[in-house]
Amino acid sequence: MSEPQDRIENKSRRSFVGAAAVAGASAGVAALAPGLKLIEVAGAAPRAPGEPASSAVRWGMLIDTTKCASGCDACVKACATENGINETVKDPRQGSQWIRKIDLKDPKTGQEYSLPMLCQHCEHPPCVDVCPTGASMKRADGIVLVDRHICIGCRYCMMACPYKARSLVHMPLTEQNPLVPRGQGCVEACTFCVQRVDRGQQPACVEACPEKAMLFGNLNDPNSEIAQRVAKEKTTQVRADLKLNLGVRYQGI
Amino acid sequence: MAIMKQTLAALAAVLLLAPVLASAGTPKPDLKIENPGSCIAPVPEMRRNHMEMLKHTRDRTLRQGIRGEKASLNGCINCHASKTTGSVLGQGGFCQECHTYAAVKLDCWDCHQPKAGNHEAVGVKP
Repeated sequence: MSEPQDRIENKSRRSFVGAAAVAGASAGVAALAPGLKLIEVAGAAPRAPGEPASSAVRWGMLIDTTKCASGCDACVKACATENGINETVKDPRQGSQWIRKIDLKDPKTGQEYSLPMLCQHCEHPPCVDVCPTGASMKRADGIVLVDRHICIGCRYCMMACPYKARSLVHMPLTEQNPLVPRGQGCVEACTFCVQRVDRGQQPACVEACPEKAMLFGNLNDPNSEIAQRVAKEKTTQVRADLKLNLGVRYQGI
Repeated sequence: MAIMKQTLAALAAVLLLAPVLASAGTPKPDLKIENPGSCIAPVPEMRRNHMEMLKHTRDRTLRQGIRGEKASLNGCINCHASKTTGSVLGQGGFCQECHTYAAVKLDCWDCHQPKAGNHEAVGVKP
């Protein structure tokens, strides 16, 4: 089966950006367009006020499961603190999960893994495909978000997500973080802490990991640590057979 | 003649009283602005267009990732949250008082934090 047209276009654009970035690394600065330099848009510095997110950036995360300790939930706690997930729900199945810890065991060999599972920020997100209102969306820099202003809470995206990454808020909330609005009747998921990333900071889970098992950065910038590691080391996308080209990659699974 | 005079007097009284009677309905909202004089636009423009400003801003911020817009809900509450309750909602709250008077549903604050001050985004130190 041939690939959809947009994937082919995206591929060619990525290879162009990659080539331009390599040229930029050797020449110091690459000009993408008059007045727009790749080295400026691809950096981790905070974006200037008024500047939109750029498709020259692809935010991604690399999680080393060999360092991730079973029983440690520092990332989950940091996420809850940063994003104001503090409500008590009557039924635990109704609680919001932006990131959760999973313990896996291979029954044949007995080998155990522990890893955090969060929104994988797909390049081709199924949640965006199925959303009837256009609320589920992907930002230019690859961060998949819910526009709660137009989300009707139908939960199609929760059904479509292969990673069970999304939750519905079941009750009225009052103690939100001012930078992370969230409320009853809307679907939500990990945002890569978009409010922090836009200020040039790391997501809360990455900062909080005591083992430094999580690495966040720009996959499109060949000079970034994450791009260099995914180029050299073996990394895995969960359910790679779905060909969603995930922003989150794992090592050691 | 005397009856005509009485009728005219009664009519005049009604005409004079009419505006007074009309304004005796729902009292105008009594708004207290904690930090006056630093609004992003003149008061008449804000009264008419604040919802449009916020609507356009929300789409640019969320969908395009543009930060530092002139109009923002967090900017609103910095000046308009009550110093006693810390909020723009509740009795005498800046947003709620006027929206109740105008009978316009106010649901921004179902998701956005209506209180200023205590809710700082701090994250976690490494």
